[in-house]
Amino acid sequence: MSAVAARVPVLEARGLVKHYGVVTALDGADFDLYPGEILALIGDNGAGKSTLIKALSGAIVPDRGEIFLNGTPVHFRNPLEARRNGIETVYQDLALAPALDIAENLFLGRELRRRDIIGIVLRVTDRPRMLREARAHIADLKINVGSMKQSVETLSGGQRQGVAVARAAAFASRVVIMDEPTAALGVRESGMVLDLIREVRARGTPVVLISHNMPQVFEIADRLHVMRLGRRVATITPASHSMTEAVALMTGAASSQGPTKG
Amino acid sequence: MGSSGLRRTIEGIGGRPRWRLSAGAFSAVAVLVTAGCGSSATPAASASPKPVIIGLITKTDANPFFVKMRQGAEREALLKGAVLMTGAGKDSSDAAGEVTALENMVSAGAKAILITPDSAGVTAAVKKARSQGVLVIALDSPTDPVDAADALFATDNKKAGQLIGQYAKAAEAGKTGIKIALFDEAPGSTVGKLRHDGFLLGYGIADGDPQIVCVANGGGNQTDSQTQMENCLTKDPGINVVYTINEPSAFGVYKALQNRGKQNGVLIVSVDGGCTGVGGVKDGRIAATSQQYPLNMAKLGVDAGVDFALNGKRVSGYTDTGVTLISDKPVSGVDSKDTTFGLANCWG
Amino acid sequence: MLARLRWTEFGRDPGAAIARARLISTLGPLIALLLASIFFSIRTDRFLTTENLSLITQQVAVVGVLAIGQTLIILTAGVDLSCGAVMAFGTIVMTKLAVTHGVNPFLAIALGIGVCLGFGVLNGLLVTVLRLPPFIVTLGTLNIAFALTHITSNEETIANLPDPVVFFGNTFRFAGTTITYGSVLAVALTLITWFVLTKTVGGRHVYATGNNPDAARLAGVRTRRVLLAVYATAGLLYGIAALVLVGRTGVGDPQAGQSANLDSITAVVVGGTSLFGGRGSVLGTLVGTLIVGIFRNGLQLLGVAAIYQFLITGVLVILAVAVDQLSRRRQA
Repeated sequence: MSAVAARVPVLEARGLVKHYGVVTALDGADFDLYPGEILALIGDNGAGKSTLIKALSGAIVPDRGEIFLNGTPVHFRNPLEARRNGIETVYQDLALAPALDIAENLFLGRELRRRDIIGIVLRVTDRPRMLREARAHIADLKINVGSMKQSVETLSGGQRQGVAVARAAAFASRVVIMDEPTAALGVRESGMVLDLIREVRARGTPVVLISHNMPQVFEIADRLHVMRLGRRVATITPASHSMTEAVALMTGAASSQGPTKG
Repeated sequence: MGSSGLRRTIEGIGGRPRWRLSAGAFSAVAVLVTAGCGSSATPAASASPKPVIIGLITKTDANPFFVKMRQGAEREALLKGAVLMTGAGKDSSDAAGEVTALENMVSAGAKAILITPDSAGVTAAVKKARSQGVLVIALDSPTDPVDAADALFATDNKKAGQLIGQYAKAAEAGKTGIKIALFDEAPGSTVGKLRHDGFLLGYGIADGDPQIVCVANGGGNQTDSQTQMENCLTKDPGINVVYTINEPSAFGVYKALQNRGKQNGVLIVSVDGGCTGVGGVKDGRIAATSQQYPLNMAKLGVDAGVDFALNGKRVSGYTDTGVTLISDKPVSGVDSKDTTFGLANCWG
Repeated sequence: MLARLRWTEFGRDPGAAIARARLISTLGPLIALLLASIFFSIRTDRFLTTENLSLITQQVAVVGVLAIGQTLIILTAGVDLSCGAVMAFGTIVMTKLAVTHGVNPFLAIALGIGVCLGFGVLNGLLVTVLRLPPFIVTLGTLNIAFALTHITSNEETIANLPDPVVFFGNTFRFAGTTITYGSVLAVALTLITWFVLTKTVGGRHVYATGNNPDAARLAGVRTRRVLLAVYATAGLLYGIAALVLVGRTGVGDPQAGQSANLDSITAVVVGGTSLFGGRGSVLGTLVGTLIVGIFRNGLQLLGVAAIYQFLITGVLVILAVAVDQLSRRRQA
């Protein structure tokens, strides 16, 4: 605990507030993510998990509160700014453009351009280089899909998630955020995606994971951030709490402040 | 929208009560605003005796023929001290738009309504308006059935077609190898069928005659007619007589012929007698055209409406507003006037 | 290594089916074009002549240029009903300025095209800033452009145009037939658009925005900027179509282009571009334009009454959309 607390969080938030009309989605939420860890974000439906990661990834701008990246205050106005700061997000359903191929999806929004005059003036893409690098990224995470020219709609659900994770991992210099990456998958494909998440951590990038699947969360996470009614109510570890205790915290049946509350 | 022309007329009249002048200007503006479908009324500002309201519903606002008709009605309404409401369908087959305008005018208290009916789709509304004591006069084309309206003021479209049919027959008399193309407006057009049938009657042939080598729908506009004539010429390059529903269609046909260098050997006849069209007769692109008189239709209609409102006199039956064959190359046996006459009496 | 083996098990079957469906929607239009040509060639010996083929290229040039703009918009899952009316207004502006107001013809052309560009920008702003549905926005601008056309033209056809304004109606001899510069321009614009759409960053963003706007936005594509650029470019193309039209007819005709919006949508759909956005090709649109043009021409040569030409066009459209839908359903 003291070892963790001594380190500076990679990503940190204090007192985030977000209202949607009369609904309060975030009500003074705090957040800490430390280097090299997998942090699971758990909470009941409507607890504010999605809103919190949207704020962290620049998809929404919080009404109040502060976000720090390596201790420095940041203000993301859109996802692009978060990405430029090394924070990559894998969204639950919105990750990919199905009609585009794997390489195009990997480089969507940051296409590689030819380095010659037509690349600079006409913004012509460098297709061979994108295919080459896409192949390298995909192989890096041990994902096996046929051709980089295959459109994403021809892939299975697991393979699509693989592409989405590969995209995040390839460009994330600081943080990868994943929203329910296994929600739509079967048991075997879920297992593959969990392997993928460990692979990302092994490469040194901390991961924030939203999940409803308690066994999965307890299998993979280093720490669990429990949310309720728009706030962080506890931070626990799979060792410190049982699944039943975690669920009690989520639902408000228990109000214990976790031992690693930071 | 001819508002400047209208104002000139107003100044020419001189000494008229002020409200009419403002009503006229308002009318022009109101028509601009509501171009499309629906109706517009000239506000009857400070009129001492309650002015007579006359409605005019044209098939569309996007056709010079109807624009001229409306302008003629506006002028006549000013002269007679009546208020003219105008409305139009969205296009030549928008009966629903016409019905809406008609109903609105009845609600607004119109005593007489002049309408250029699109189709039988307006018949029920016309009958209903009459049952509410409104005089309804069909202009330009008949209601279906013709007695659904009180009266019809129109060109005899069959006669218009017949005149150019007779002309074409006489002009080509003695020649062999006649190949005819017929340029109709669009499927289902009442006026189009009358002119088409009239032409065939005047020429002395029937549909399906081997001399007819191409029948096309030029939509009554230049662009489509040009395309269709190109295709007709591919089908049979020997076409030498072309009947066209109106003058824009004739110009499209001419352009297609010109592109092929064939404009000189082909006789084009048409209907309408608009100023641009008569210009086409004068410069030789069109051999002859049957001129009709939309201003006259409008004038007679407004007069009859005012007469009904003030004196309770109801017109009935068919009034032929006249049709004249215009050509600079008269043929024997068919009466025609030259383009000098045509230009003096043209409508737009 | 185990993971490696497992990944390969997935995605084979849907892949093959979708690849097949995609092939149909890509090659389908081309096959239809060939079949139609063969049919008409057998039925009439006047169809397959250099002169008639030259005519067809002239006849489809205007809708061909409009359909390029329409393709861009449909690729973003939008639709543009205003294209024909905007083009008609462009023709009136350029001819009226050049003839009635004696403006330098080149300036008149530039202003006419500029007005169309302005309409494109207006459509784009309404779609992106006010976030109104494209169907409604362009229905509105259709009526506005239509009204302006008839107000400014005073319902009169404008003739006696200066040479530069009708340049694209001029012809040159090529391979024993005559080709208009307008047809060449339509093909050139198609190829340029194809290059931009397939090879450049902006072009790929058009596809991504149409295919999955949320994913594109979250991936950092400035989707609103992409949409605005698409509508503006389409407006520019309508202006160029106006110039081609004026060249073809030799007049400024306020009645022109009234069915051009539906004609261009037909060409795009028959050419295999999906109305749901993100799928399709501007080369397909060129083929679609030719199919529609060939049917009109061929049926006229056969003496088929106009009303049946409508009927056959209707069948074509439904067939094209059905193929698109089927290919999407197989993937699900």
